[in-house]
Order: sequence, then structure tokens, then C-alpha cells
Amino acid sequence: MKFRQITVTGRGSRAALVMLSLLALAAAGCGSSSSSNSAGGTDWSTATSASSGGGLSKLIAAAKKEGTLNVIALPSNWANYGNIIKAFEAKYGIKINSIAPDDSSAQEITQIQQKNGTPLAADVLDVGLAVAYQYTSLFAPYEVSTWSDVPASQKQANGEWVEDYGGYMSVGYNSAKVGTITSLNQLLTAKFKNSVALNGNPTEANAALNGVMMASLALGGSAGSISTGVNFFSKLKKAGNFNPVQATPSTIKTGATPVVFNWDYLNTASVVGQSASTWKVFIPSNATLGGFYAQAINKSAPHPAAARLWEEFLFSQAADGGQNLWLHGGARPVEQTAMTSNGSIDKSAAAALPPVTGTPVFLTQSQATNAASFLAQNWAKAVS
Amino acid sequence: MTAIAQTGTDPAGVTARRVRRLPIGAWTGTLPFVGYVGLFLLLPTGIILWNAFKNPAGTFTFSGISALGSSTVRSYFVGSFELAGISSAAGAVLGAILAYAVAAGPLDGIMRRLYLSGSGVLAQFGGVTLAFAFLATIGPTTGYLLHAGWYYSFPWGISLIYIYFQIPLMVLVFLPAIDGLKIQWREAAENLGGSTWRYWRHIGGPLLAPAFLGATLLLFANGLSAYATIVAWENQISYIVPQQISISMISEVGLLNFNQADVLALGMVILVAIVMTGYALLTRRAAKWLR
Repeated sequence: MKFRQITVTGRGSRAALVMLSLLALAAAGCGSSSSSNSAGGTDWSTATSASSGGGLSKLIAAAKKEGTLNVIALPSNWANYGNIIKAFEAKYGIKINSIAPDDSSAQEITQIQQKNGTPLAADVLDVGLAVAYQYTSLFAPYEVSTWSDVPASQKQANGEWVEDYGGYMSVGYNSAKVGTITSLNQLLTAKFKNSVALNGNPTEANAALNGVMMASLALGGSAGSISTGVNFFSKLKKAGNFNPVQATPSTIKTGATPVVFNWDYLNTASVVGQSASTWKVFIPSNATLGGFYAQAINKSAPHPAAARLWEEFLFSQAADGGQNLWLHGGARPVEQTAMTSNGSIDKSAAAALPPVTGTPVFLTQSQATNAASFLAQNWAKAVS
Repeated sequence: MTAIAQTGTDPAGVTARRVRRLPIGAWTGTLPFVGYVGLFLLLPTGIILWNAFKNPAGTFTFSGISALGSSTVRSYFVGSFELAGISSAAGAVLGAILAYAVAAGPLDGIMRRLYLSGSGVLAQFGGVTLAFAFLATIGPTTGYLLHAGWYYSFPWGISLIYIYFQIPLMVLVFLPAIDGLKIQWREAAENLGGSTWRYWRHIGGPLLAPAFLGATLLLFANGLSAYATIVAWENQISYIVPQQISISMISEVGLLNFNQADVLALGMVILVAIVMTGYALLTRRAAKWLR
């Protein structure tokens, strides 16, 4: 989904992936033939809700019979996904194959396009909105039980994709090294030599694009134009303060990247492995830029019932359901407003979120597209 | 022809040999090689060429190819050239000096074996491992260079890191050429009153020049295609073509364009083809003398 939160890529993880895929093949080979017509004849691959397929208990039974779920691009330290996967496996006894945790949203699409028709295709996707809009036709429409608690502006009308969790763009920093940050212009001063990093290349990674856009908003630009942010990073580069290395918990630990632009749920002290007393998060009051990811079910999912049960689990408001688990990871679940009013939200986890002031901005589809095409033409020139 | 005429004094014997031979041509022996090259070189190149002239919708177009002329795309090729050029030039000079030093020792000496096996390993040393090793030993982790930013600079800082695998490769490919210099040539030059400078100027230099240039071109091609090192190091900025190919294939912000990746890859194929043709011509010339 998301870019390289975990640094381990390359041959080792590829080999592990191949092994995993083979295991998946073996596991799925045993049970997939009976999967689509199990549990009372419901064909879950076309079910658009749990009730239309005969109810949640039938869905659970069918999913258990499939026994396996393929997820993709879910780093374990991203929005608490490591624990979410464990909780789902423990609750339903369904084995989760976590494919290519460091892949981008676009690579998720490539994976299902190449593997559809085999037991190795990802069943469920967690993608950025640009990808969700572009590839809606590959997704199966499905409305989770809590469908009505998801604001209408945050879902595709038929449920091909539904926004799941999000956060605000933030600047995480080591206050022991650089002091307190109260404005982005501070980052241009000599104290921040080689210190400031984005989470990836903004022409490639959603988090990085939003990092540049946040700078744009903070410095007087608008969501319709990202050029102010690009100019800011150009100045940062000229001042020698921009650090192009891949920022990870280890570069933060070694001190190579003491200042990182990233989603607030990836910038918490626990995710970056720093002490909360020195790792601080700064969100400019005039630049509260929010961003959500979206859930989607692969139309040709090899485990259609498990895929739907996974969605039910992720959008469940229970104390041990996905919405509260995301909240524990510092991400804001899409049903937060409804959960706050019906009392199902974990109040201490909600209180621990970084405070948000000002009116949050969410990029529209065209604003995001414009920003991307501007970056395609100007980013490399501005910072090289 | 003359050879056949000479051995063909006994026509009956020739016929007998022909009969025993299986009715397949000599070219069948090349089949595995041709198959291998076809599958892993020609087929992918053909696919790239085919797709470079299409748009994402699958229709034939020249617009992808014409993007090669845009200033943004040109800057990636310029970046690739700078990085490969600097790292190969520096790697070639330093590697040649090292190779000369190694060649001065005895052929089966421990130093020589040590250097050769070391170079064999280090020439493959790249990617995240190299970036990490640099970061951990010389880079910011040690604290000494925490506030020095030159090692992030492009192309000089990155070239320095590339030299780590360019020098060992140079040692490997250039050592045989130096070994080919016959001691008798040196002695002959000295007997005729030639100084060391005159020996290198008129004998050693011209003899090694094609091999040196050829090896430099090989290093250049090596620098063009190296990818993982710079990706780990320059994660947020695209400087070179391989980085941009990757972005075209995995961008999640709406800039996904496989055909553009094919166009860029085609540009690289053409570049490397030119470089490797030069390499082949130069080594052919070098081989004339250094046997």
C-alpha cells in the first residue's frame, strides 16, 4: 500500500514470499474446490452483503471452510496491521497469507491482475484512493454490516471500495536533537542540516505526495496547487537540509533522519521505535491534511467468503474489532464519528491521538491527480 | 578448402565417415545457447520494443517514444550518463593501478589470489548491502559525518559509493591484459636504451589502451544498470533512468504507466547496445596483441 515502512526488501524476502506462495498453493489446493458452494449453497463470490448470503454465521462457516485468506501490502507496523492479522487468525482460525507487505497500491493491482484464477491472488486489498478510483472495475461490490456508519463521501456508492482508516500528515521529529518545531520555515535553518525526509518519492508514494501537499498548505498554498510545497522542498534541498535516504525506524534510530514527514499513525513514538519523551509530532494548525486508504475485495478472490469476513472484521465496532484495532495503532477509523456517538469507541486510544486543530482538508480526486502530474514534471528538477 | 583437399586423398574413407554422422547440421550444437539467449534476451527486448509503441489502452502510438525527447525524461538519461561516466572513469583508473600492482607479484602468490577472490566477491557487492555498509562505516551512523551531506549529492556522492563495486570489477577484467604484457618487450626496450616513460608511451600504453578503454566501457554499462544501491540511498528523488522505470511501474499516486517504463527501458537497451558494441570492437583490437 504504502511505501517501505519495513526496510527488508530484496532477495531474502522474495525467497520467503515464494515459500509462502507455495504454502498457500498447497493449502488452497486442498479446500478451494468446494469453497464457492459451501454452507447452504450460497455463492459468496457474488454476495453483496452478509445478510444477502444468508447471514453472518453462514459467512463465518463458509470462510472457515475456505480456511485461508490472502492479504497483500500490509506491513505489520503500519496502522497496527500486525496485531489485526493475528486477531483475525485467532478469532476465526483462518490462516492469513501476508503477501509482499512492502508493495505499493499499484503493485497490489498488478498482483491480482497476474494471479487471478490461481489460489495465489490477493483476496482483499488496501489501496490509496487514486488506485481505488482507477481500478474500481476489479473490485466486488460489498456492503459491510456497519455500512451506514461510513460517511457517504467516504465510500463508492455500491461498495466496490470503502475508506477504512486514515490520519493526518505530520512532522515527526527527535526533539532532543532539533528542539521544538513550531513552523515549517524553521526546517530551513542550519540546525536541520541533512535532517528532513519524506516517506518515499512523491511521484510514487501517496504518503510522500501528501507530505509535499501539507507543506504547500502550511505555507499559503491551496489544495488545488502543490507548487508552494515543491518550492519549499527545493529550498530545503538548496539549504542542504533535505535528506533523500529512505527513512525507516533504523535511520531514525541512528539519527540520520531526525525529522520525517509521514502520516501521524506512522509517526508515533512506538511505531518509529523512539521514546515518547523525545519523539514529538507536529501538525501545522493551518495545514491539517487528511488522507484515507480504502478496502476492496478482489472480484475474482480465490477465497470469497474469507475475504468478506475480513471486511466484516475490519469494519466491526467491537472492542476487539478492526475499527478499534486501527485506533490502537494511532490511525483514525472511518466509523469514528458514529462510534463516538454510540459509545463503542476505545476512549483512551481516541484520546491518545495527536490533537487536530483547524479545518481538515481532504484532497479530491482531481486535486490529487493535478498534484501528481505537477510532481511528475517538476519534482526531480526542483530537488536535484 | 586446401585442408579438405589434402585429407581427401582417400574418398572412400570420407564417405564412410559421412555415413556414420547423424543427419543434423553443426548448428544444432548452438541450440541450447540460442534458446537461452532467445528466451532471456531477445524475447524480453522484443516485448519492450512492441510495448514501447503502444499506449496504456493498447493502441499503436509514437507518443511514448516521443516522450524520450522531453526535458524531464532527458534529465534521467543525463543523470544515468553522469553516474555511469564518473563511477566508471574513477573505477577504471583506480582499478587499473591496483591491477598493475597485483600483476607485479608472483602469478600464484598469496596476495594475488587474495585480491582476485576479494575482487570477485566485491564486484557483486551492491544494493542495500552496500548502501548499509557505507552508512554504517563512513556515513552518518558513526556520527563523524552526520552533518556532512556530500555523500547524498548526485552525481559525486553516489559515484563514490558505486566505485566500491567498480574498482574490483576493473581488477578482474583488466588483470589479464596486464598479464599479457611480455617481460621481453620491456627488456627489449631497455636494451635499446628506452626509458620507463618511453616504454609506456610507445609500447605498454598503446598495447593496453584498447583493453583499458574496453574495460572502462564495461564498467560504464555496469554503472548504467546498477539500481538497488541508488534506490536505497536516494529514495525520494529520481536521478537515473532505472529509478524512473520503477516509478512508472509502481506509482500509487496515479502516474502508473507501463508503456512509459517500456519506452525508458528501450532507451536503456539502445544505450547499452551502443556501449557493448564499442566494448566488443575494442576487445577485438586488444586481443590481437595480448595473447
